[in-house]
Amino acid sequence: MNARELILGRLRASAVTEIPALPVMKDWYGAHQRDEDAVQRIQRLRSVLEAVHTEVHDTTESDWPSLLLRLASAKGLRNLLIGDNTTHGDTLQAVAQESLDLIRYDKSIEDWRDVLFDNIDASLTCARSAIAETGSLILWPDAAEPRLMSLVPPVHFVLLDTRKIYADFYQAITAEGWKDAMPTNALLISGPSKTADIQQTLAYGAHGPRELVVLFCHESVKGESL
Amino acid sequence: MGLDKTQGRVYPPKPRDVYLYATCLVDQFAPEAGMDTILLLEREGIRVHYPESQTCCGQPAYSSGYPDEARAVASRQLTIFPEPWPVVVPSGSCAAMMRHHYPQLFAADPLLLARSQALAERIFELTEFLVHVVNFKQPDYGSDCTIALHTSCHARREMGSHETSVALLDSLAQVTVVQQARIEECCGFGGTFAMRYPEISEAIVSDKVAAIQATSAERVVSADCGCLFNITGRAARLDEIAQLDTPSLAGEHIASFLLRRTSKATL
Amino acid sequence: MSQVIHFHPDADFKARSLAAVQDPGQRKNFRGAMDFLQDKRRVQFPDQLELEGLRDIGSAIRRNSLARLPELLVQLETRMTANGIQVHWAATADEANAIAIEIARRVNARTIAKGKSMVSEEIEFNHAMKAAGIEAFETDMGEYIVELAGEKPSHIIMPAIHKTKQAIAALFAEKIPGVAYTEDVDELIKIGRQALRRKFADADIGLSGANFLVAETGTICLVENEGNGRLCTTVPRVHIAVTGIEKVLEKLEHVLPLYSLLTRSATGQSITTYFNLISRPRQPGEKDGPEEVHLILLDNGRSQAYADEQLRATLQCIRCGACMNHCPVYARIGGHAYGTTYPGPIGAIVSPHMMGLDATYPLAFASTLCGACVEVCPVKIPITDILVRLRNEAQARPETASLRGSGAGRSKLASAFWAGWTLVYSRLKVYRLTSWLLSRGHALSPIEQGAWTYSRTALKPAPKRLRDLLKDRKP
Repeated sequence: MNARELILGRLRASAVTEIPALPVMKDWYGAHQRDEDAVQRIQRLRSVLEAVHTEVHDTTESDWPSLLLRLASAKGLRNLLIGDNTTHGDTLQAVAQESLDLIRYDKSIEDWRDVLFDNIDASLTCARSAIAETGSLILWPDAAEPRLMSLVPPVHFVLLDTRKIYADFYQAITAEGWKDAMPTNALLISGPSKTADIQQTLAYGAHGPRELVVLFCHESVKGESL
Repeated sequence: MGLDKTQGRVYPPKPRDVYLYATCLVDQFAPEAGMDTILLLEREGIRVHYPESQTCCGQPAYSSGYPDEARAVASRQLTIFPEPWPVVVPSGSCAAMMRHHYPQLFAADPLLLARSQALAERIFELTEFLVHVVNFKQPDYGSDCTIALHTSCHARREMGSHETSVALLDSLAQVTVVQQARIEECCGFGGTFAMRYPEISEAIVSDKVAAIQATSAERVVSADCGCLFNITGRAARLDEIAQLDTPSLAGEHIASFLLRRTSKATL
Repeated sequence: MSQVIHFHPDADFKARSLAAVQDPGQRKNFRGAMDFLQDKRRVQFPDQLELEGLRDIGSAIRRNSLARLPELLVQLETRMTANGIQVHWAATADEANAIAIEIARRVNARTIAKGKSMVSEEIEFNHAMKAAGIEAFETDMGEYIVELAGEKPSHIIMPAIHKTKQAIAALFAEKIPGVAYTEDVDELIKIGRQALRRKFADADIGLSGANFLVAETGTICLVENEGNGRLCTTVPRVHIAVTGIEKVLEKLEHVLPLYSLLTRSATGQSITTYFNLISRPRQPGEKDGPEEVHLILLDNGRSQAYADEQLRATLQCIRCGACMNHCPVYARIGGHAYGTTYPGPIGAIVSPHMMGLDATYPLAFASTLCGACVEVCPVKIPITDILVRLRNEAQARPETASLRGSGAGRSKLASAFWAGWTLVYSRLKVYRLTSWLLSRGHALSPIEQGAWTYSRTALKPAPKRLRDLLKDRKP
């Protein structure tokens, strides 16, 4: 007998006298909603993000590129990884300065892995949405903005449309219909990478980014991924 | 556990009669705690009946992995309380055994299960009974004193006794209860655990003694004799090692402490 | 499987735990870590009612999933297969390792970058890969430290919890070329990051565990802070996830309360830095991510726990470690003394199914049954009841034995003692007599009372029993 049949056979042979009822998740999350308006929700997200060492800046649809360039310059970044054929990537490219080299993630990782790991200072991606309760950015990486963009460069900039902030994770997955549309990879990012594995001392910048910088765009950023 | 097992218990009005289940430890090693329990209850106008045929609740065998042996002893306790009176137990650990674990122990025997469930409904840990049934309120005749309270783990987590012990001690005007470090942590007794792994038990109880001695408490009070013997026994051994002539940590059962503080005569 | 066979499990455990309690440095490390983790958890649950409500939900979801386990596993397999994830089944640790080796050989893999996975520890994955000529290396900072030191994790969430930063500083200076001694934790983490960065880029396979599996979507959920788990599951061409059969949940929404309970109970974080949901291998047009994703579903004794309705609750565990963080015994002896992959209260109840009760029964007794673990368990596993049950099993007579290794802890001496105890306390006349003799002979009671007087003064029976006092009182 193969392992599959053996294991399933053992499990099926076990007595199950009672199937405990499942809780109604909608009721639980519904009962734990806060009475807050959009402004308060944005503020809540901001304070939770900042509590885990995340830099948050307020900006607008038209102003974010110049803010990003100022921040990049202040941080001494030489280059910035942007997506391939994203509206915000193109917008940035249109105003880019010589001091910041914009690099497109336009080929498979196998073709430029060493450069990505060794020579990229920062990246810019767009967040799909965010969760106020836990201070989480939701990313669904795709062909235009691949998975490693939010992971390998030491500084990660994220554009967030502040109209897309959910109160909690449950609201996010139900409103966005996740269960019927799971992407290859879905991510929640809540701060820069960290570890407390050495004597419970918190240190940021473990294997992922050391800095997470979120740009709160208070008007819509035009683009297919927003 | 605490919340699950005590929330919503409906307490009866103060009865005229109760049974005392004193426990084997009190009978043989701390009879004064049993006497003081009786005096406390009698002063509240309650007649206390002590069934002489009681022995042990069976917990030592139950928690040591000898269920047949535990059943043999526990089943004897099921029939010694014929009247429908509450059964008051001056030990949270034994009370929890009778209230929560008897029904598990007798789950396979419908008759004994029914009896154990009926008995479980009538089991009250002493401090729980004094607070919720007796509504204990007596003046404190003692002088200012500071004590530490240690609640046994079963009393705390299965009977909610820490809150009731605190309520009783807080009702004494001149008594201050300190919060020793890690107050909710086990004292390391654990019944036969202390016999089987004495080194680990010693490490835990030594920390408990140190935590209490780091406070200004003049004594440790508990509603469980097992924990008291463990803590004061360890403190006394440390005194021997340090060649101290007077005990550095006294212990007292909460029944004795309450009675002493609220009696004019014995002061 | 190359588990150490314990011929004298009780003596071995006693020796290890004695050495642990006599090591003041280690005692201090664990005490400090436990206090830290307890405080962090407490802060996360300010509202007792919310906590109890969430625990009820977490427990119900886990119990429901287990009751429907075979059906959900098949649903998971069907969905994953449709998504392009290859599902494998392993009845034993050896089978799980063999599956990984076969995949590695097919893709000519030389190196495997490992994210944190307790199941990989359980099956001694690294050892098996080494024997097959494949280098598997740890990338979680704690696991990396432990591996560098040639040790094993002492905690399921914080593997290097037993080590001070000074010890880690010395270890790095000794083992990593070109590294000078520094106690600066930020520096130490930078060193670890640098040492592993190239290895991620070059690894052929990434290995991970799984915190949750979702049947309806065919998703592997991974919870982490460091980013190494994401690197392991994104950079190499092949990703292998290995996990226990009990990890499956029916719906995506069921993950949410359990994830919240997990991070808050484990490290007192409201959420981890990353929550990584993987549902497919790299799709056409995508520029990174593994081309192959494999899931190995491991039994390794879990179906034995499953077969028993009481012991089945063991499988509710979501591996948060709160039980060990609150255990007075774990705090004193640390993780290594248990001698099992999973230490502490959860280790005591899960290990017998993996290694046999004959090898692990002392752990069931290494608890005061204080219930601190039960109080904090986010999915309400009745750990103390299960410990008592395992004690019964350890001493079961052959005719009532129901687990692998049942009865191994039975001794004639102990059986005789408890037979005597039963005689005394179940026969009133015998009790009257023995307790009377004890009280009469109180002055003669021995100063040496075995293990009791190992660290305490002797107990003295009262000269008059309570029943004597009451007789005197009512003539």
